[in-house]
Amino acid sequence: MPADLEPLHAAGRASLYPDRIKITVGMATCGLAAGADAVYEALSQRIKQRELDAVLVGTGCIGFCQQEPLVDVRLPGQGRVIYTQMTRPRARALVDHLAQTGTLPVDRAWAVIDQEESLVEDRVERFSRLPELSGVPAYSQQPFFASQRKIVLRNCGFVDPASCEEYVARGGYRALAGVLSEMTPQQVIDEVTRSGLRGRGGGGFSAGRKWQVARDVPGETKYVICNGDEGDPGAYMDRTVLESDPHSVIEGVIIGAYAIGAHQGYAYVRDEYPLAVERLTNALAQAEAHGLLGENILGSGFNFRLDLVRGAGAFVCGEETAMISSIEGGSGEPRPKPPYPAVAGLWGRPTVINNVKTFSTVPVIMARGGDWYAAVGAPGNTGTVVFSLVGQIANTGLVEVPLGMTLNDLLEGIGGGSGNGRAIKAVQTGGPSGGCLPARLFDMRITYEEMTSAGSIMGSGGMVVLDESACMVDVARYFLDFTTVESCGKCTACREGTGHLRAILTRITQGQGTPDDLALMEEVGQAVKAGSLCGLGQTAPNPALSTLRYFRDEYEAHVIEHRCPAGKCPVGA
Amino acid sequence: MLPSQQYRQPDAGGVLAALHQVNMRYGYLPQDEVRQVAIELGVPLSQVFSAATFYASFSFTPVGRHKLQVCEGTACYVKGAPALMGHLQAELGVAPDQTTEDMTFTLKRVRCVGSCGLAPVVRVDNETFGRLTHSDLGIILDKYR
Ligand SMILES: Cc1cc2nc3c(=O)[nH]c(=O)nc-3n(C[C@H](O)[C@H](O)[C@H](O)COP(=O)(O)O)c2cc1C
Ligand code: FES
Repeated sequence: MPADLEPLHAAGRASLYPDRIKITVGMATCGLAAGADAVYEALSQRIKQRELDAVLVGTGCIGFCQQEPLVDVRLPGQGRVIYTQMTRPRARALVDHLAQTGTLPVDRAWAVIDQEESLVEDRVERFSRLPELSGVPAYSQQPFFASQRKIVLRNCGFVDPASCEEYVARGGYRALAGVLSEMTPQQVIDEVTRSGLRGRGGGGFSAGRKWQVARDVPGETKYVICNGDEGDPGAYMDRTVLESDPHSVIEGVIIGAYAIGAHQGYAYVRDEYPLAVERLTNALAQAEAHGLLGENILGSGFNFRLDLVRGAGAFVCGEETAMISSIEGGSGEPRPKPPYPAVAGLWGRPTVINNVKTFSTVPVIMARGGDWYAAVGAPGNTGTVVFSLVGQIANTGLVEVPLGMTLNDLLEGIGGGSGNGRAIKAVQTGGPSGGCLPARLFDMRITYEEMTSAGSIMGSGGMVVLDESACMVDVARYFLDFTTVESCGKCTACREGTGHLRAILTRITQGQGTPDDLALMEEVGQAVKAGSLCGLGQTAPNPALSTLRYFRDEYEAHVIEHRCPAGKCPVGA
Repeated sequence: MLPSQQYRQPDAGGVLAALHQVNMRYGYLPQDEVRQVAIELGVPLSQVFSAATFYASFSFTPVGRHKLQVCEGTACYVKGAPALMGHLQAELGVAPDQTTEDMTFTLKRVRCVGSCGLAPVVRVDNETFGRLTHSDLGIILDKYR
């Protein structure tokens, strides 16, 4: 290990695995929304009252939103035990049990983490468990986690996001140190290309190829931008990573900057994520304080600054050229491509823009090698993808699976089905740019190509599950309403076309549609796709077109019989 | 200048950051302050105004003491957000983007605050409440009244 990191590593291990009882509360935005702060308070008071020798800390999110608030307890030398659905009384009872018996209660113990993998260091640490807990399932055997493969989410819920030390103790910044001391920028790019990593913001473009383009364009001044705008409704992958493991993103961005020869970067985070902004700001300051950002990083002679830019509530700013306009100092209007940002981006300079998850994957690739990463997932679709599994699904949460898994395995195996007795009818992926895939296609594999050819897109990872109670026409109307509002208005096709589609869909849901409207919708949809300036308009018709393709019968019921099969729409009104 | 700073554009993200600052202080953008931003940054007034109007986070009219955001993102939408919104509108007597007469709440719709796993979700200022039912709403409102 590089000498600079040694003290951090030691301090991080001491706080990760203290010689006292450690109680951890999942306190990302979702945990807080479920009441984690009240649970934290109750624990804190009771620990004081009972004079229990324990450390209490807040951590990020392990992704199991359904069971929030989550509390973990670790006795020295033992595996962490996860307690689910905690409340104030349960929190107090937990402390009482610990104080009275020195052991852990079995009641509400959902799983034991008896091994922890440090992916970057290629090391697995095993822990024992109390005999009383022998009947509690291992974390790795709980169906929700069993078939997940955590690469992006490797530290989420395992480290305190406010602690740079804990990140380092799980192998953090080691990849950066190796890159700066042993690799040329070209070697870095070659490794990323070999890994097959594709952009996780939705487009799926090869990260290595994009970096190569930016590196090859002559010029002194280049930029990197980390896209943390995450505008798709129903998606919170990037928020979770930024809130739960901000240093993994920073490390990836620095490696990217070194590879293309950039000395300045920007991390753009959407305004709706105040906690992510706060934690990233804090992590940036720590990285600077420890010589991981700024001058002469880790003594290598490489200089790089990274500044945070806070968005202001505009969906289109997630699109790369709009984001560039927004950073340059004004409204976020997109520009025509080419030129691509990698050739001429921020202030006309070569600029690499990648998604939060793309960057946070990079340190693992550098540490374990491109070939290692390429062996995960499917050929051409290597590695993992993170989904936020939400809507009408039993186990809502954030899951990371190898690419190539079938939708069925994701929805039934991990998600546990709808959980409400109704059948799942469709999943909506890719947000307003994506589409709806019907249940009869659920044996398809999750790859960029298969999702696209089925009429949706991989997207950045939002997956909204819809059961029989959802009306697909209403869902399409919902998204066209979204894109009509969010269209920046610069180009006519998108500005007028999305509004036109919204009007048709609204009239259908109100029982005033005619059979001709369906053909009209298709025609307008194709025109908007072909005529729009940026990806927003080019993909905005997808929710309408894909529902029309797979759920034509529902549309027909609305326009011919003036009936909404799901009973959602005011067709008779 | 430090070597790492020579590639830095001092005005990067500057307009946004300045508008955020004004917005944080007043809760909205008073016109005089927006003019001041343009002067201080040496940026044309038209550019600052067009940015200020472009983003949903900014408003030119005064807002209530608390920003009450109802999430109408996809997950919340399918889990009953429209009903929650209807309930709040009736309870407060305002439509989205309006402020209650006593200036306590400004009602806003937002499309996803990223707590979709706990849909439906309401956010008051920076505090997020999940898995809401109608009966929870009264308790939340009382907390801020
Ligand atoms: C309307 C629109 C919205 C987008 N929003 C996002 C977003 O929120 N986050 C993101 O990473 N990419 C978003 N993208 C894709 C970006 O333009 C860009 O392709 C991406 O940031 C590249 O990073 P990647 O290669 O790592 O995916 C959006 C694209 C469009 C057309
Ligand atoms: S859809 Fe409401 S929080 Fe995401």
